[in-house]
Amino acid sequence: MTAVANPPTERPGAARGRGSAPVALWARRGSAPVVLALVLVAGTAVFGGRFASALNLGNIALDSSYLLLIAIGMTFVILSGGIDLSVGSLLALSGVLTAYASRWGTPAAILVPLGVCALFGLANGVLVGRARIAPFIVTLAGLLFARGLAFAVSKEGNQVYIIPAELALTRVGQARFLGVGAPVWFALAVFAVALVVLNRSRFGQAVFAIGGSEEAAELMGLPVARVKTLVYVLSAVLTGLAGVLVAAQTQSGLPTIGEGRELEAIAAVVIGGTLLSGGAGSLSGTLAGVLLLKVIQNLINQVGTLTAYYQQVVSGAFLIVVVLVQSRLSRRGLR
Amino acid sequence: MTLQAVRPRDTTKLPQRIQAAGVYIAIAALLVFNLAFTPHFATVTNLRLQLVQVVPVAIVAVGMALVIATEGIDLSVGSTMALAAALIPLYIGYGVWPAIVVALAAGLAMGLASGWLVAFAGMQPIIATLGLLVAGRGLALVLADGRLVELFDPTLGALGNSAVLGVPVSVLIVIGVAVVAGVAMRRTAFGRRVLAIGGNRSAATLAGLPVKRTLVTVYAVSGLLAAVAGVLSTARQGASDPSFVGLLIELSAITAVVVGGTPLSGGRVRIVGTLMGALLMQLITATIIQHNLPDSTARMVQAAIIVAAVYVQRGRSAA
Repeated sequence: MTAVANPPTERPGAARGRGSAPVALWARRGSAPVVLALVLVAGTAVFGGRFASALNLGNIALDSSYLLLIAIGMTFVILSGGIDLSVGSLLALSGVLTAYASRWGTPAAILVPLGVCALFGLANGVLVGRARIAPFIVTLAGLLFARGLAFAVSKEGNQVYIIPAELALTRVGQARFLGVGAPVWFALAVFAVALVVLNRSRFGQAVFAIGGSEEAAELMGLPVARVKTLVYVLSAVLTGLAGVLVAAQTQSGLPTIGEGRELEAIAAVVIGGTLLSGGAGSLSGTLAGVLLLKVIQNLINQVGTLTAYYQQVVSGAFLIVVVLVQSRLSRRGLR
Repeated sequence: MTLQAVRPRDTTKLPQRIQAAGVYIAIAALLVFNLAFTPHFATVTNLRLQLVQVVPVAIVAVGMALVIATEGIDLSVGSTMALAAALIPLYIGYGVWPAIVVALAAGLAMGLASGWLVAFAGMQPIIATLGLLVAGRGLALVLADGRLVELFDPTLGALGNSAVLGVPVSVLIVIGVAVVAGVAMRRTAFGRRVLAIGGNRSAATLAGLPVKRTLVTVYAVSGLLAAVAGVLSTARQGASDPSFVGLLIELSAITAVVVGGTPLSGGRVRIVGTLMGALLMQLITATIIQHNLPDSTARMVQAAIIVAAVYVQRGRSAA
């Protein structure tokens, strides 16, 4: 299985590279952390303590943690050659269900949303993996359905369910450890596990193999349909976890949250160097991509004269520029 | 987006014919149902309202159909609508037509940008237009400072709300757009190039077709049509609302295209089917709302229909 073990580096062109291949590889896989470092230094240089304060960095970390959870699942999905557009709506659904189920105590408030999200992911996965419908369409329908369900549960948005402050969920969700909010630790723990699963398990290698070439994976006897199904379950459950944490943080479940989150997560994954066509990429890149997006948004907030709308302009332009530069550099490297 | 490794299925003639006519059958069934069970459905006012409401999605969907025919996708259309809407109040001081021209030019520019990124920079359409979706909406909000601006221009109002021989002007525009697009796709070399690119891009390149130029044109048309939809929405509301105009319309448009029988895998296009797809989704929403079912139900039903429509089409799109 060694051929499957390192598919990200084994693109046909890169393997035959003439010395300049490392440039290509770096451009695709390693540029996000470097850019992140540069942006952090630049931010500190311009805004000094206001940006680099523990409070502000803690806020960035907290803000990033929810997106990181979603983006980890999205990385698996994109690596397998798919896409998951339903995560933004699932985040809202999970939050609403957390708040709704909190009347029955903490275990229910966690298990109900995660269970529903798992079922949702299963439906996505079966439709993609077994029924072979384009992931884009399946998860687009999932986007509509989950948002509809979130609104239905909260009586068309007229009912906001509140999570009691004395619930264990609230206390854990709002706890701080070493000055950093609990969601950050949850996200880091999930990230560590995901790293091992993606790079050291059969499942992770199968994800790479399927994204690289589904036909080849099938011929090698990999359980393609099952792996593809699992990938969507993973994405939905991680999004569900993010929803639970958001609900615990805000002590409520709003059916309107998370709109556009799927785009943000995809952007983070792509900026992190994962190819949208699947088969090549990394979770560390995704982490850098998430942080990069959030740090840039935060920096724009620091400029008092710019409205929040500039965040969108810069995020969108940034996505295009990063992908453009990545593809330019990697192509030049391959020539 | 490619449908990966979809195996061609052996479909007999009759099911195929039902598949091809699926959207028409569904519309007919819904019309019959509404005529029978929905009070005040068969009034001229209501029918006209349904047509007027479907206008933005229908126009955007025609452009989307062309893009999808090249095996691409354009997610930026909603933001392009917002950009067009945001520009109108800024330029209406120079007169209504200059303002509309500026708005349309902005749409064209958005389309040219995505076309360039896809054709010349080699970016995947979903990423290029995703970037423009995020940036475009942000730009529209920056321009308008996030505010809704009411517009009291009589010409603009007429564009949005008047009718010729009982048919609303905006509906006539949709018909005009669809006729031009249909003729262009069926009767011109451009149309054949679009389908050739969607069918097999490398073969089209090897055959010496101007692939890049054609792609840029297709995305430019999509951007321009999105701007038209933005102008018409603004005219109808009598207000420029960059926060909400065109929000998620890319999804409705893609749905209309797919439900109307254009495969996401490119190489084929059905313009009339696309219009019918848009109409079908509108009728479903209207039926649900008129029977006092909540909006959330409408979304869930739409979701089920999208999946069902594509599932039924699988066999054909693989061929």
